[in-house]
Order: sequence, then structure tokens, then C-alpha cells
Amino acid sequence: MNRFRALWQSVIGKKIAMAGSGLILVGFLISHMASNVLVFVDPAKLDAYAEWLHGFGGLLWVARGGLLFFLLVHILAAYQLTQIARAARPTGYHAVDYRVSTYAARTMRWGGVLIAVFLVYHILHFTTGTLHPDFHPGEVGRNVIEGMQVTWTAAFYAITMVSIGAHFWHGIWSVFQTLGLNHPAWNSTRVTVATALTLLVAGGFLSIPVAALLGLLP
Amino acid sequence: MSDMKLTLKVWRQAGPSAPGAFKSYPASANEHMSFLEMLDVVNEDLQEQGEEPIAFDHDCREGICGSCSLVINGSPHGPKGGVTTCQLHMRSFKNGDEIVIEPWRAKSFPVLRDLVVDRSPLDRIIAAGGFISVPTGAPPDGNAIPVAKEDSDRAMDAAACIGCGACVAACPNASAMLFTSAKVVHLSLMPQGQPERNRRVLAMVNAMDEEGFGGCTNYGECQAACPKEISVENIALMNREFLRATLHDRDGAPRVAGTM
Repeated sequence: MNRFRALWQSVIGKKIAMAGSGLILVGFLISHMASNVLVFVDPAKLDAYAEWLHGFGGLLWVARGGLLFFLLVHILAAYQLTQIARAARPTGYHAVDYRVSTYAARTMRWGGVLIAVFLVYHILHFTTGTLHPDFHPGEVGRNVIEGMQVTWTAAFYAITMVSIGAHFWHGIWSVFQTLGLNHPAWNSTRVTVATALTLLVAGGFLSIPVAALLGLLP
Repeated sequence: MSDMKLTLKVWRQAGPSAPGAFKSYPASANEHMSFLEMLDVVNEDLQEQGEEPIAFDHDCREGICGSCSLVINGSPHGPKGGVTTCQLHMRSFKNGDEIVIEPWRAKSFPVLRDLVVDRSPLDRIIAAGGFISVPTGAPPDGNAIPVAKEDSDRAMDAAACIGCGACVAACPNASAMLFTSAKVVHLSLMPQGQPERNRRVLAMVNAMDEEGFGGCTNYGECQAACPKEISVENIALMNREFLRATLHDRDGAPRVAGTM
């Protein structure tokens, strides 16, 4: 365990913790997106999928606990690295000229905060139903379709999905770099993988609020 | 030869604890002058008027010593890329330009005077492990130790780092990971660097953290600013070396108590 502590105490180790926890969250988001788009096929299939998940009982709570743990590791590492970086440059520049850094890279921190706020809202909206105008436990498809009829809700979902996309793209590309997976023959593939996964996952999530805003949900 | 009139906005600070401020100076230059020669002329004028000349670091003026610095219009070593400030020529600017000149900004690089900062943290990172220990004796035969051409080329590319600190200045996190990784990777690729490979990366990363530099978030600004065009590939390789050494070194990682 001392080795893991030594890792966590270094800036590089915190980055590795961030990359590892991020990868697990990426895996979760892929399955979450894949099940969400069932709403286009048949809202009843979404209900059946939710019922199947609940059938795992205690195991579902283990999975939820695991996801929460890695989410907290991700947030804690991000918070500490931000504090270290802010302390490392107490006086900024008068003239700022970014040459190569992307908008996605520069918005990782505030984008992350937006995602965290969204997550709280999202759970209160669709899991507990507290913020849902007409929540019916177990009827996931119906809850999604009715929840998305509220314009500002769908708009907030859409904006956050774009933000998640940017976070996702820079994050996936960075995972390779942080874990030391760099090779001239594969470097362009890293960006392709990040772009493809971003389009798939963020695009899949985005399709639901956008379809709702355009009136295309069943 | 075309002459140009410029306005310089220069950070002036009398000493490490004195408050600093920008001051504007008129400057005239021709396109063949280097940036430092342009400043030399400004300083001559200032001295004639009985004012303190602008303090800035410089030495070899041919791009190999790593002394010159200056953040010029927001870019370390100026807008050109792949050159040091002393190799930057005034033809990169236009008549009438306003040029903002600032020191490297990082907590670990305190301003000593005007544009001169203390870069000794980089020396301390090197002292922590950026060397090989060899027994003294007769010099070994040349080429007695085979090194793959690919490895020697990559080691040479990393060894091109002149330690100027532009990577720290350019990084929004004030991270020294490009500098440290160039030194770590240079030696880790060579047979002579193998005996101390684990200990080197652990000690140098530890020293880097202790000096208070930030972490890497893959902006890529360091590589763009580096006068020797050191690649961020080195940062990935250092991450890999560090992870490997932390998990695998028999003595374990030397860490200092009290860190997060």
C-alpha cells in the first residue's frame, strides 16, 4: 500500500489516478448511452432494461458504490492538481497568447464543475424523481419522454452533453499520455479513438434532448 | 534595411520584494537586429539619460546556453517558435508594434530584478538525479557499448534541452514536466543510464514536486514554446518510467512527508 501512497503523493501519481478513474467512468458512460438510446427503439425496452438492472439487487449497489468511489477519486485528484497549479503561478501574464492548446483542454476544470452540478440534477430528476414534474417509478421510458418535454430541461441537458463531449475528448486523449502510451506510429490513432468515442457517446446522449427539442421523441 | 519604431511595455521591478509595474519605452530598430540587440540599444539610451537599464539574462547569444528568457507578447522566446530570444530577429515585428515584455512567471521562479528570474529550481532537479555515476579509471574504448541508432537519436533529441525554463513559462499550470522529462528520458534511453534508472526518475520527480511546479494537463504549450522543440512524447515516457519505478523499485519511492 505504501507504493500507492507514494504514487498519490506525486503530481504524476494524481494524474494516473485521474486517468484510471476517468477510464472507468468512460466505460460506465458507454453502457449508459447505449441503454439510453433504447428510448428511440421502444420506451418499454428502456423499462425492461431498468428492471433487469434492478434484478441484481445488492450487486447494483456495489456497482453504484464503485462508480461513486472512482468519481470521488477523479474529483479529488482534479481539485488537488488545480490547487497545485494555481499555487505554481501566483502572478499571471499581462499578455496571453495560447499557441496550440485547445478550448477543450482549457475548459477541463470548469467543464468538470458543470458536469458535477449536472450529475446532482440528473439524479434528482430521473433517479429519485424529486425534480421531475410527473415521476412514475419504474416507468423509465415515460419519465424520460415527459421529463424532456420541459424546454429548459432539454436545453440544459443538451448544453451539458456538449460540455461532456469536450471533457471526454481531451480526457481520453490525455489518458494515453498520462499512462505513458505514446509512440509516433500510434499517436494519430489516439486522437482518432478519442474523437470516435466522443462522437459516439456524447452524440448518443445529445440525440435525446435534441430530439425532444425538435419534437421527434415518440 | 528598414528602420522601425516600436513601443516597448516592459516589466520593471527593482528587487525580489519590490513591487513591479509595466513601463513604456520608445525603441527603434532595424530588421536585422536580434531582440536582445534591440534591448541593448534601449539600455544605452536609458544609461545616457541616467536611468537604470532594463535587467535581462543573456550570455552566449547563439541559442545554446539557455540564459535568455523573456515572455514577448505572451509567448516565451517570442512568436517565432524553435528559437531562443537571442535568435529572434526584429524582422518578426512590424513598424509601429507595441511589444509587451514580461519575465517568466512561476512561484518557483521568483523575479530577481526586472526580467531576470531565479531558475535554480531546475538546477536542483538535475542535482537530484540528472547524472550517471561512473567509476573513474581509463576511458572506455569508443563504441564499446552498442546503442541502437534509434535510441541514440531520441536521447540526443531529449538532450538538446538547454534548461531555459520556457516550458514552465508557457505552461498554464507552470509545470516543469517537459524539462524534467527531457532529462529523465535522455538518460533512461542510454545503456549508461540503466543502473540508476529507477532511482533517477523517482528522485527527479520528487525534486520537481518539492519545488512547487504544477502538473501536466496536456495543453501542449510547452512544446510549442520550446526553443529546442523538445517533444511532449518525453512527458508520456517519464510518466511511464515513474509508474514503473514506483511499483517496481526495491527500495521504494523516496517521498517527503507532509506532501498531499
